[in-house]
Amino acid sequence: MDDTGTIIAFWLLAAITVGSALLTAAVRNLIHAVIFLVVSFMGVAGLYITLSADFIAVTQILICAGAISILLLFAIMLPPRAARRTSESFLRFPALMLAGLVAATLAFVAVDTDWRIAGRAGFTQTASVIGESLLNKYVLPFEIASVLLLVAMLGAIVLVNAEGAVEGE
Amino acid sequence: MAIHLEHYLITGAILFGIGLYLALAKRNFVGVLMGIELMFNAVNLTFVAFSRFVQSSSPLDGHVFVVFTVTVAAAEAATALALAVLLYRVRDTIDVDEIDLLKW
Repeated sequence: MDDTGTIIAFWLLAAITVGSALLTAAVRNLIHAVIFLVVSFMGVAGLYITLSADFIAVTQILICAGAISILLLFAIMLPPRAARRTSESFLRFPALMLAGLVAATLAFVAVDTDWRIAGRAGFTQTASVIGESLLNKYVLPFEIASVLLLVAMLGAIVLVNAEGAVEGE
Repeated sequence: MAIHLEHYLITGAILFGIGLYLALAKRNFVGVLMGIELMFNAVNLTFVAFSRFVQSSSPLDGHVFVVFTVTVAAAEAATALALAVLLYRVRDTIDVDEIDLLKW
């Protein structure tokens, strides 16, 4: 990780990621917030590429920047007045302090701990190794994840279709 | 100045802090969800960074964990957004300050 291109790419992508995450927190319009969130997800995908995690980067763009942001936009636009009140609640300053403290603690631990650095070169192929370990070593979690996705999908359909909930007032 | 593990970990810590602030302070339900998604991303970035730099007999296990985290994040987003739509239908608001039915 010593060549100039990687260093420039890291700083640029880290600035884009953190800056657009800050803008997500700062803007009032929820649609703009989602757009900045997508930019932040794209920045994280770029950081994955600098870590030579190409499969994860593509997954990130497909699922986080694609599917989840579309879901968020649906949830904003479907209820007609959902984007009405977007200000912060009374918890704003405690939340700011807590978030700052958590980030500072994590950063301190990251710098202070002696990680056992391997010093190897970047991965050359990731997708085939990930696929093999998903079907050998991690086959049970893999199946549980598929059941979880099915349950989430059914749950979402049942929740939104619940006729009795509307007249239940 | 070369890029080390610590750079990625600090980036992840900052992202996690921003996500935590959003999840705690936003009044809108969808804003809270955005904060949770940001926290997921910070943790995934940390996983991939550890998988790249730290000694291990099977270093790509970190990537497999990220695949599972992304799956759970997608399931969580789908369910939570269905809840948001339902909440808007029933209570006519998705303001988390006004949803206090279970508050003593």
